[in-house]
Amino acid sequence: MVHFTAEEKAAVVSLWAKVNVELVGGEVLGRLLVVYPWTQRFFDNFGNLSSESAIMGNPKVKAHGKKVLTSFGNAVKHMDDLKDTFAELSELHCDKMHVDPENFKLLGNMILIVLATHFSKEFTPQVQAAWQKLTAAVANALAHRYH
Amino acid sequence: MSLTKAEKAIILSMWGKISTQADAIGTQALERLFASYPQTKTYFPHFDLRPGSAHLRTHGAKVAAALGDAVKSIDNIAGALSKLSEMHAYVLRVDPVNFKLLSHCLLVTVASHFPADFTADAHTAWDKFLSIVSCVLTEKYR
Repeated sequence: MVHFTAEEKAAVVSLWAKVNVELVGGEVLGRLLVVYPWTQRFFDNFGNLSSESAIMGNPKVKAHGKKVLTSFGNAVKHMDDLKDTFAELSELHCDKMHVDPENFKLLGNMILIVLATHFSKEFTPQVQAAWQKLTAAVANALAHRYH
Repeated sequence: MSLTKAEKAIILSMWGKISTQADAIGTQALERLFASYPQTKTYFPHFDLRPGSAHLRTHGAKVAAALGDAVKSIDNIAGALSKLSEMHAYVLRVDPVNFKLLSHCLLVTVASHFPADFTADAHTAWDKFLSIVSCVLTEKYR
């Protein structure tokens, strides 16, 4: 089980309180699809993904990004209990969506980078480190029930 | 994987801005690397790695200078970094996985310094550029 120090929890929780989940969620998913275009394989029914502007403006991308990041908010509330919190989602990603867990790492890094663009100087190396730990732990939790 | 004309243009123009703070950016990327991925410190037992240390600043400047060389010779990165590639293969022997970690921390640093410029397209260009640099630095490993 991943152990978060009091400082790490504080860094995550305080930044999360300022995150516009709808906006950031859309940007995170959009960047994933732009920077790593092979990830578009999971979203054949999303319509126009033909360019950066098409992807970043795509309403389905924004809606799904919001959904994903809202779910991530659950991780912030249950940092000591991630494997159980994401057990069901893990099975879903394996059995229904057939997503290679490598993609969880890619998405995690997109979260980090979008947070960096939004929070700039506030996104110090220490704050980043706490968030790296969280995204890695969520990635592991989502992969945990794979078989 | 190679850079398109548009991607090269993005990198060249952004480097113009980045180069005015190149040393600080190289240094901060290393600070972020050691904070997020403590295992990377094992390559620097001989350094004082505390934030602000002279070692970190000197090494950060070196990293930034090498990236600048790659940008200036963007059509021949392998040529520009040939000596550095040999050094990594025969002397430093940094495990290849670590190039991805430093590349990510460089992206985070640039993103936090230049949020308006770091669009998804710019992000893609830099991600590709750093992948190419990483490939060049590991291509003589075996």
